[in-house]
Amino acid sequence: MKKTAADLEQIRKETLKNVELRTGKDGYKIIVGMATCGIAAGARDVFKEAIEKVIEKDLDSVTVGQMGCIGLCSMEPIVEVISPSGEKTRYIKVNKEKIDNIITSHIIDGNVVSEYTSES
Amino acid sequence: MAYYRSQVLICAGTGCHSNKSNEIIERFNEELKKHGLEDEVQIVTTGCFGLCAAGPIVVIYPEDTFYSKVKADDVPELVEEHLLKGREVERLIFTTEDDSGDEPKTLKFVDTDFHKKQRRVALQNCGRINPEDIDEYIAFDGYKALEKVLTSMTPEDVINVMKESGLRGRGGAGFPTGVKWSFAQAAKGDKKYVACNADEGDPGAFMDRSILEGDPHSVIEAMAIAAYAIGADEGFIYVRAEYPIAVRRFQIAIDQAREYGLLGENIFDTGFNFNLNIRLGAGAFVCGEETALMNSIEGKRGEPRPRPPFPANKGIFDKPTVLNNVETYANVPKIILNGAEWFNSVGTEKSKGTKVFALGGKINNVGLVEVPMGTTLREVIYDIGGGIPDDKKFKAAQTGGPSGGCIPTEHLDLPMDYESLMSIGSMMGSGGLIVMDETDCMVDVARFFMDFIVDESCGKCPTCRIGTKRMLEILERICEGKGEDGDIEKLEELAKTLKSSALCGLGQTAPNPVLSTLQYFRDEYEAHIYEKRCPAGACKKLLSYEIVADKCMGCSACAKQCPVSAIEGEIRSPFTIDKEKCIKCGACMDTCRFNAIIKA
Ligand SMILES: Cc1cc2nc3c(=O)[nH]c(=O)nc-3n(C[C@H](O)[C@H](O)[C@H](O)COP(=O)(O)O)c2cc1C
Repeated sequence: MKKTAADLEQIRKETLKNVELRTGKDGYKIIVGMATCGIAAGARDVFKEAIEKVIEKDLDSVTVGQMGCIGLCSMEPIVEVISPSGEKTRYIKVNKEKIDNIITSHIIDGNVVSEYTSES
Repeated sequence: MAYYRSQVLICAGTGCHSNKSNEIIERFNEELKKHGLEDEVQIVTTGCFGLCAAGPIVVIYPEDTFYSKVKADDVPELVEEHLLKGREVERLIFTTEDDSGDEPKTLKFVDTDFHKKQRRVALQNCGRINPEDIDEYIAFDGYKALEKVLTSMTPEDVINVMKESGLRGRGGAGFPTGVKWSFAQAAKGDKKYVACNADEGDPGAFMDRSILEGDPHSVIEAMAIAAYAIGADEGFIYVRAEYPIAVRRFQIAIDQAREYGLLGENIFDTGFNFNLNIRLGAGAFVCGEETALMNSIEGKRGEPRPRPPFPANKGIFDKPTVLNNVETYANVPKIILNGAEWFNSVGTEKSKGTKVFALGGKINNVGLVEVPMGTTLREVIYDIGGGIPDDKKFKAAQTGGPSGGCIPTEHLDLPMDYESLMSIGSMMGSGGLIVMDETDCMVDVARFFMDFIVDESCGKCPTCRIGTKRMLEILERICEGKGEDGDIEKLEELAKTLKSSALCGLGQTAPNPVLSTLQYFRDEYEAHIYEKRCPAGACKKLLSYEIVADKCMGCSACAKQCPVSAIEGEIRSPFTIDKEKCIKCGACMDTCRFNAIIKA
């Protein structure tokens, strides 16, 4: 179908969301520990849930990535959230419910969920 | 729109494709399915990343991990380790050693000079986008320049920007693009054409192919801009049929642009019409010459026409025509969007912008590099190109292919631009850069290019048809040790005649490799002629292999390797080579562990 200049602008915006991954996104990064220990503890489900939530909430600038084992296997699944300014928050023993809350309060509202950051 | 958390970019340019990158793509698809990752991870096939020597290349985002020499069998590990578990596969990551400091360092791709010293304008999108998806081109400001031109600029404005930018033709001659467009605009005619020269016959050059494979829309957009500037409504791109991937991707791009109404009638509702068609060339070097190319597009024999009249006045079907090279066009949309000053702030006084070079021959990083005009040959060869394999010594680099000349060691620090290369007897040409080391014979190099020219001469004018043949005969006999006193002078005289009286650029420039090797390596010619000796040890007829009796242990390894059984001897006493039988393949020398075999 023939496109107008406005249509192209729309395509540009939509496609950029996707290709931006290659030039570096400027939003939050969610990094899930996905070594064998993490996967055994359910990291894969957490990871999938994170992706689904990001899609559901239209969080285009967010990058979801993984990392290897950091030596805290008993605390897995571990999720690190890195803010656009580079601040790192480490969440431990994350499950589906916790990742939902992390995304809603930390990523969207900017409030660290401190009860998930250490064992209590 | 789907959200992918990872993207795997796989080079599907001709280089990586011939290293089976298509199998890698298939394996990725299978493995992703197996792990249930197909909705999270996107496979993107791209054009050339430039580092062909390290291909096939796979880059994984968001980590921006650059994997080299990947094989299909590595894919399960990449998927499981990197994409599932988030662990980079160290052994496949591209690294180079930096031994300039005290401690040698291992560098990642983004930190290498190969990457850092380049400036990508024409190649900007190559290796970054999927060339078969117009949306990805649009995402990186694609077709914005065309929109700007059609909705807010007059044809004169466009031509002025092009003139101010200082862009010159990248196809060889370096003619100012804006000036060329202004001639065609001024020419009277009810019908005009724009054309793109993608014949790329220069042996060793492959940048035009890579642009068509990696970023075809940039050429389409630029041709539409040129058409608007000169008042044309139809265009042709002339691609050699030997470039099947480029042809296919370009056709896909044309179809997609047409579907979006970016080609066809009333583009952006401005009343501007432009249609574009592919014409396939059959792989004749002369068809890269502009007038022969136009004959070929018209369906005639690909022979040059006398100039003048120039194509700007009488081109395709005798109508005013602008013909530009692929790389020239690839610069145009960026100039329109970023302005003439952005473009001409890079480069030298008379050569603005960047130039893509195809590095080949005796160089570690065989591939495509794009550097600012005025970058020295030393930087290109040693910093970006990674130097010469096996620590051999640099001897010369050939630029401009069969129409160009060689740059010897003493000019390694020459800033390369159109004028400086001319001044030392070489030329920019299309940007093929073939590196030669101490084992290459310069007379043989001249012979090689002349052999190519004799094959490719169309035969229309006798000067070229006969003159090049005679030059080749002389070069051949010099290489065979049958050169005679006076041969050099004969070569020089033939060269002069060809330069002044051949009909087209092919014949006029054909003597250049001979003249420039004579200028810098006359002693090599003389050694061949008067001493029957090839100083580089490359001309087979002039060398023989010998076994040094003192060093030979009589192990018989060489005799076993010799394909023609020319080596004989008793075990534990020195062997000998029968020079009558020897075909000078050098297999014995490669095998000997005692350095007992020498070239004499
Ligand atoms: C023998 C010969 C071969 C040529 N081959 C090519 C070629 O393959 N590609 C190219 O762009 N120009 C080639 N040229 C130069 C073209 O004639 C012409 O100058 C060029 O396409 C114009 O485009 P530009 O101004 O953008 O460089 C060749 C010239 C000669 C004499």
